[in-house]
Amino acid sequence: MIQVDRLTKQYGPVTAIRDVSFRVEKGEIVGFLGPNGAGKTTAMRILSCFMPATGGTARVAGYDVFSQSLEVRKRIGYLPENVPLYLEMSVAAYLEFVAEIKGVGRSERKRRVAEVMDRCDIADVQQRLIGKLSKGYRQRVGLAQALVNDPDVLILDEPTIGLDPVQIAEIRALIKSLAGQHTVILSTHILPEVSMVCQGVIIINRGRIVARGSLDRLAEEFFPTSRIQLQIVGPGDAVGAALRQIPGILRIEQEAMGDGVWLYLVESTRGRDVRAHIAQLVVERRWELLELHQEGMSLEEVFLRVVAGEEYAADASELRGEA
Amino acid sequence: MRIWTIFKKEMLLYFTSPVAYVVFTFFLLILGYFFYSIFAFYNLTSMQAAMNPAFARDLNIIDAVMRPLFSNTGIILLFFMPMLTMRLFAEEKRSGTIELLLTFPVRDSEVLLGKFAAAMGLFLMLLGFTALYPGIVGYFARAEWGPLLSGYLGLVLLGGAFLAVGVLISSLTENQIVAGFATFGVLLGFWVIGWSADLVGGGWRTLFQYLSILEHLDNFGKGVIDTRDVVYYLSVIVLALFLTMRSLESKRWRG
Repeated sequence: MIQVDRLTKQYGPVTAIRDVSFRVEKGEIVGFLGPNGAGKTTAMRILSCFMPATGGTARVAGYDVFSQSLEVRKRIGYLPENVPLYLEMSVAAYLEFVAEIKGVGRSERKRRVAEVMDRCDIADVQQRLIGKLSKGYRQRVGLAQALVNDPDVLILDEPTIGLDPVQIAEIRALIKSLAGQHTVILSTHILPEVSMVCQGVIIINRGRIVARGSLDRLAEEFFPTSRIQLQIVGPGDAVGAALRQIPGILRIEQEAMGDGVWLYLVESTRGRDVRAHIAQLVVERRWELLELHQEGMSLEEVFLRVVAGEEYAADASELRGEA
Repeated sequence: MRIWTIFKKEMLLYFTSPVAYVVFTFFLLILGYFFYSIFAFYNLTSMQAAMNPAFARDLNIIDAVMRPLFSNTGIILLFFMPMLTMRLFAEEKRSGTIELLLTFPVRDSEVLLGKFAAAMGLFLMLLGFTALYPGIVGYFARAEWGPLLSGYLGLVLLGGAFLAVGVLISSLTENQIVAGFATFGVLLGFWVIGWSADLVGGGWRTLFQYLSILEHLDNFGKGVIDTRDVVYYLSVIVLALFLTMRSLESKRWRG
């Protein structure tokens, strides 16, 4: 649905994104994740045909965003950051305007507008002026506006920014419900958002894609080992030595917690579950197991590893005079 | 068809904000005052002329009332038209709505023509209200309709030129006030340039007179539709709209 090939955008001497390539399949929800200023908005603006790239190509729904911009624009729904709406218009009038300009036929316009208002839960404010609505309602009007032509592709730039937790949850649920029928690409700098809403993630930093894939695959790639945290009451060093004997365990860190309690951080080969072995060992030796807990690979950690690694590499190459 | 959609939206915004009402109110108040004073003065002269038949022969209500009224209207429009156009693009850019507008499946030219047509529509409504004055004139005196119609044609062309320049300048800035004042400044420049025509000689004189935006209105008021005047106004409109197109397109490649 979205094919991006070596996309580059320069603002004068500043390169916002460089050689960005990725694909998004039909019906997928993909999160565009990166720190502020990484180039997310730039990429979204190019995909939505708001501005052209300096180099590379992008195709949305099979059409080139530059040479077939009108065809692309008929098939997308776009929600820019900060949700720019006409504040002096009423919700219903605004949505009718958008539906009309997006080419929704006169006969189905009323029905479509009613449908999206229903879906985004704004039917009760339809006669109010947009300028009088709260941020959460405006965000939903923005989303309704993007959905009104039933587009193949939705491009959402920071759809939950500035909302309260309840509203965030509502918007996320709404976006999630779009999977399957619509292809969604959404940008965010909030990590849990991606793991909650998206199937795939593209991590972008300093204008480059640094990682791409499903969350599981990224965890595997950036965490080749899995980590287990243990608390055991027993003879500290002997326990550590015994644990090292278990096949699959690569590394152990131990620390005395006092009162005979020891904390162990165990790293093992991914895909080889050593927890049962550990439990068995503890029982056989009559030690006491207080805690056994596999540490989840949060996206946050993936992100920090990827972005920090990148920055480390970039700094190193700058030191060597390469950049 | 999308021009019509944009047109409707702009019209809605004109009337949901106070802009249209304020412009209408003060324009009509001021023009009404002008009409009153000119008409009253004509009244006085015609009473004096009643005692002097030779003088009365040359008295013509179109020439004495409508012609000065048309040129006054032109000057008042110069002050008011920038307020109708300053918002058109500047506000969309400031609030960011231009980003959505330009990603809707609509051509830049359709956006531009829709907006220009809306400003023009509002201006024609405004002009429609002023039909009251020739109406009054026609009620009290025998008026010729030819020069009246040509005078209105002149005003429509003049207003169109004002609006096109305003749309162009609005597309160059994000600030409505800047757009309004710059438009006003440019239009004022095109008016006063005619004044210096007498100070310079030869070709410059002709050029300055030709450029003067209000100079061209006078012929219409006399009932003369000169192609030079029509071409002047039309070329200002077309040139300004063309440059606006370029300015909109540059948004796309400059980012």
